[in-house]
Amino acid sequence: MARSSRSLGLFIVARLILAVPMVLILLTVVFLLMRVAPGDPVSAALGAHLSEAQLEQRRAAAGFDRPLIVQYGDYLGGVATGDFGRTITDNRSITQILVDNGGATLTLTVAALLVAVILGLPLGLWAARRRDKWDDLVIRLFGIVTFAAPVFFVGLLLQLLFGKTLGWLPTSGQAAPIVAPTVPEKTHILLLDAALSGDWSAFDDVFRHLILPAVSLGLLVTGVLIRLSRVNVIQTMRSDYVEAARARGIREGAVVVRHALRNALVPVITVTGLQVALLLGGAVLTEETFNWPGVGNQLVSYLNGRDYTAVQGLITVFALVVVVVSLLIDIVNALVDPRIRY
Amino acid sequence: MTTPSPVSTAVPTGEPRVRVRDLRIWYGTSGAPVRAVDGVDLTIHAGQIVALVGESGCGKTTLGRGILGLLPPAAATDGEVVVDGTDLLRLPARRLRAMRGDKLGLVFQEPMTRLDPLMRVGDHFDELLRTHRPRLSRAERERQAVDILRAMGIPASRLRQYPHEFSGGMRQRIMIALTLVLRPALVVADEPTTALDVLVEAQILKILAELRSSVDCGMLLITHNLGIVLEAADRVAVMYAGRIVEEGDVRQVFAHPAHPYTRELLRSTISLTTTELHHIPGSPPDLADPPPGCRFHPRCPDAMRICPNSDPGDVDTAGGQRVACWLHRLDEVAPADREPLPDREISVADEA
Repeated sequence: MARSSRSLGLFIVARLILAVPMVLILLTVVFLLMRVAPGDPVSAALGAHLSEAQLEQRRAAAGFDRPLIVQYGDYLGGVATGDFGRTITDNRSITQILVDNGGATLTLTVAALLVAVILGLPLGLWAARRRDKWDDLVIRLFGIVTFAAPVFFVGLLLQLLFGKTLGWLPTSGQAAPIVAPTVPEKTHILLLDAALSGDWSAFDDVFRHLILPAVSLGLLVTGVLIRLSRVNVIQTMRSDYVEAARARGIREGAVVVRHALRNALVPVITVTGLQVALLLGGAVLTEETFNWPGVGNQLVSYLNGRDYTAVQGLITVFALVVVVVSLLIDIVNALVDPRIRY
Repeated sequence: MTTPSPVSTAVPTGEPRVRVRDLRIWYGTSGAPVRAVDGVDLTIHAGQIVALVGESGCGKTTLGRGILGLLPPAAATDGEVVVDGTDLLRLPARRLRAMRGDKLGLVFQEPMTRLDPLMRVGDHFDELLRTHRPRLSRAERERQAVDILRAMGIPASRLRQYPHEFSGGMRQRIMIALTLVLRPALVVADEPTTALDVLVEAQILKILAELRSSVDCGMLLITHNLGIVLEAADRVAVMYAGRIVEEGDVRQVFAHPAHPYTRELLRSTISLTTTELHHIPGSPPDLADPPPGCRFHPRCPDAMRICPNSDPGDVDTAGGQRVACWLHRLDEVAPADREPLPDREISVADEA
């Protein structure tokens, strides 16, 4: 016991050290991409509104007249201290955008991931157990279609069906306009705030607003999870240790869940972690489709305004989130599978 | 193999723990069914190790799995497998499942992949005991696991480790411990040492020999290593093309093989005096379309005219063996039918 927990600690330390060069490369790419774009950030964002002298002044204030390497060092230093810069167009700090809009994006992506796991794993398991029967074919088809369909298209269809035709669910925003201001702000996560305030009608309203966006985004990952868990369960059901467990008279339900499913989950967890990048990309589109006040929504509007520093800051945050999630996934995997530990 | 363990020569008395009668197992294919096991009779007494030998593809493994009801869904069975008075083939699936791991055990060929890699070794025992002995306390379950592992030479401190922290030989000892912890009536060991090196093999065989006396179960030891048979088994059953062609006391069968196939099989082993490698020409027949009469006749050096025409059935020899060969029923064969079978060409292509 002592031995395996010590090796787990070692594993985490090693994994953290390995994350450092990964982050550095990511930051460099983000920084360079923004500088490769034509024109300088200030005139791109504000060129139509200000005189040349005023633009020059803004450039100097934002530090864009300094050598690239100095700006790069400045950028890295900022990220290291948690300062992701300020927007050019409206001079907000990126941190403030994260505080204001991060909660909505977090709610959406976590809810979407939950939808994907709750739908994807049981369907994959079912399809595996009913391999090549009609229900397996239906589930597999469902998986392919949901993965292939663009998020915004699925979102529009859901809006049309549940919002317009059936009129069951709201299709825009995070809460009804009259509800949102009544919820006291504590965590900047509206759903949580509504629950904490004890106002259950507000909570219900916020929750109903979450359903369609979460399902649209979740379906994107559901297909991946269905196919992955199906294939892996089929494989582990055929494995030597499953046959051996049956030979020991272990009940079929326990064989499937404890031995086959648990072993099948190791690669599923890994890929689910990789899907978080897909989920964040999809979140941008979903937030646009559902007018969801998240970071993705902000990113699109700053992109439209050609606000390079805003885009750079937000992309940096997205990239760091992906790194942190992949780190967490590796640790979860090491907890589940003792062979991964060093 | 240098120091054969003493083999009990006393004839076991009382009800056998395992009695197999006319067991047939076939795989339904679109054409003719593949009759992998075709009318097998076998008896195993308490504390007895019966070795099952034969070439690859003769149905050894199918017979072993079939006795435990562990065949793929495509297989069909008929006959009788009575273990401690219960006919396994007439048992509903749920009761058969409950007997596996409790009354019936299976030791596999390759120990490396048979333990769940995500589960501590101790949890394998805990799961097994919880399934079959739900009333045992947690402490009692752990005590039983520790006891049986210690008997296999694995210290209690390793109970909390994962399978990948053990060597192949240790994993096989763990598998054997898992099989024996509930003191089963029948253990089928399917080539338990084939995947292990020679030193570990000797170790495992020693454990099996000790267990025979302490656990008092009947064991079917499937192997194609005749050295292991001599070392570990009391009786030996020789299988060819889905049938048992000879069965008897190991010493007796090895000293005086009654069936030409047994004789040829014994000649094929390598010893210090071997100067030339002997092999049996041809290969085992297609079980979807086996040869008529005695199935060994196309490869048999002693085949007579009667052999392809009629199945000899079982005969008891003076030496106490049960053998299926016309050579032991010569007085019933007409003189013309005793003539050697002419012109049998075992082409090189057949042997490929």
